[in-house]
Amino acid sequence: MSQQYSGSRSEREEDVPAPEPAPTAGSAQAHTADLDSLLDEIDSVLETNAEEFVKGFVQKGGQ
Amino acid sequence: MDRRIYGVETEFGVHYSHPGARPLTPEEVARYLFRPVVEWGRSSNVFVSNGSRLYLDVGSHPEYATAECSTLDELVAVDKAGEVMMQQLIDQATGRMAADGFTGSIYLYKNNADSAGNSYGSHENYLLNRRTEFRRLSEALIPFLITRQLFTGAGKVVAPRAGDAEPGTLERDRPAGAHFAFSQRADHVMEGVSSATTRSRPIINTRDEPHADAAEYRRLHVIVGDSNMSETTQLVRFGATDLMLRMIEAGTPLGDHQLENPILAIRQVSHDLTGTAELSLRSGQRRSALQLQRHYLEQATAFVQRHGAHHDRLDAVLDLWGRALDAVERQDAAGIDTEIDWAIKQRFLTRYAERHGLDWDSPRLAQLDLSYHDITPGRGLFTLLQSRGAAARFLDDDTVQRAVDTPPATTRAAMRGRFIQAARAAGQPYAVDWTHLKLTDRPLLAVTTKDPFQTSSDRLEDLLRCLPSPDSAPGEEAEDGAASSVHPV
Repeated sequence: MSQQYSGSRSEREEDVPAPEPAPTAGSAQAHTADLDSLLDEIDSVLETNAEEFVKGFVQKGGQ
Repeated sequence: MDRRIYGVETEFGVHYSHPGARPLTPEEVARYLFRPVVEWGRSSNVFVSNGSRLYLDVGSHPEYATAECSTLDELVAVDKAGEVMMQQLIDQATGRMAADGFTGSIYLYKNNADSAGNSYGSHENYLLNRRTEFRRLSEALIPFLITRQLFTGAGKVVAPRAGDAEPGTLERDRPAGAHFAFSQRADHVMEGVSSATTRSRPIINTRDEPHADAAEYRRLHVIVGDSNMSETTQLVRFGATDLMLRMIEAGTPLGDHQLENPILAIRQVSHDLTGTAELSLRSGQRRSALQLQRHYLEQATAFVQRHGAHHDRLDAVLDLWGRALDAVERQDAAGIDTEIDWAIKQRFLTRYAERHGLDWDSPRLAQLDLSYHDITPGRGLFTLLQSRGAAARFLDDDTVQRAVDTPPATTRAAMRGRFIQAARAAGQPYAVDWTHLKLTDRPLLAVTTKDPFQTSSDRLEDLLRCLPSPDSAPGEEAEDGAASSVHPV
């Protein structure tokens, strides 16, 4: 199940759009277009085997 | 207290991933990460030139404790500067590890739980006046701390429960299936008020180490919070908690909302995104998280009207606090989904899940949850959201970058940072902690600063005059190139 999304990036644009200035606090603008492009691109950033990746993160407890 | 000293300590999760290769333990990776620190300060527990403390904690967690701050802007900037330092340690360790044949990726997570149920913290420190009775303070504060996750939670993809919950256990009110919850930390809190940290994980830790004049001050150590990625979430978290403390210190009656079972209540709140789950009070009444938070916000707003604003971010704090409660009440997070961590995370994960037809039990969503807390710019989900404008901020990169090398100007951290930088530039061995500055060769001239608001002292000037000018510094740095640097990374 964890493998099914890797490679699902056919719609992704080749160029990563330049970052836009972040909104100031209080302005709750919805940057829908930016979220869409990130939804397209995020799979290329994540390692492919999600389940193994998550299970591989084991730490001891802290204070 | 009109001006308050704040600090926050962050434990980072360490993850090394190299599919198909021998895994490295967090201990091994942490040793690589801290090698430049040890070379710089001959210890894995050092104060750095912005006055903050960088160290390797129990469980091989890289930890960063901010210098003393007295404004929310300072606090958030110095905290974010810690992420910059950690990234520099990652970059150096990645190079050294590659040279040793370990070519995987290091991830540092500013979160509060690993995949095996271990938890680590984000510990807030607030300086209190010793006159305020601690028991009264903690009784009044704990119901606030339990319910503030509505606007401070970092959000968590919760795995489905394994097996049936025993009747009467803390699991009984938690949904059995995978779901999204407000808090990372809530499920790991085991006690209300205690002197322990690792063993029982209380909400407030009673260890009384003020690092200041103990006759006048006490340090409140709140260890129930989630680690926040969002600057605006941090602003409202620290700002609202400070307002609660101001009201308690001023003797403002906040009502008796002591919870019958704080540890059950904190879980009920985390797993109920509607904010309406009824919590049992010791008085026999029942209140929801939303009702309690509405009450505190009303009280705080009235308090500020009576006493005036004590800092210039107060309007922003009250505004975001109120909008977050509105969002939960209306079950529409659109008004806060660039500003409050859980809502920023939930928005992206929900959109991703819809696009790919996933449920909350998908490992990919658990991975995205981790990725949100990955501090590496351009890879971590929060950093990507922020750079696209999908996460708001009130500071900028320059401010955070300055805070890496510059201590807060309004507290004694200014003296510490200046001393460390001067001693290193002169190549002189020194020792510092929260209250002391000492040149190893001049122990009688050590400077002790019990007042955390003090920013200069004649004794410090005397001590600095003992330093040789950097040009004529002795040859120590010749054998240890890092010694002259003002920064370990």
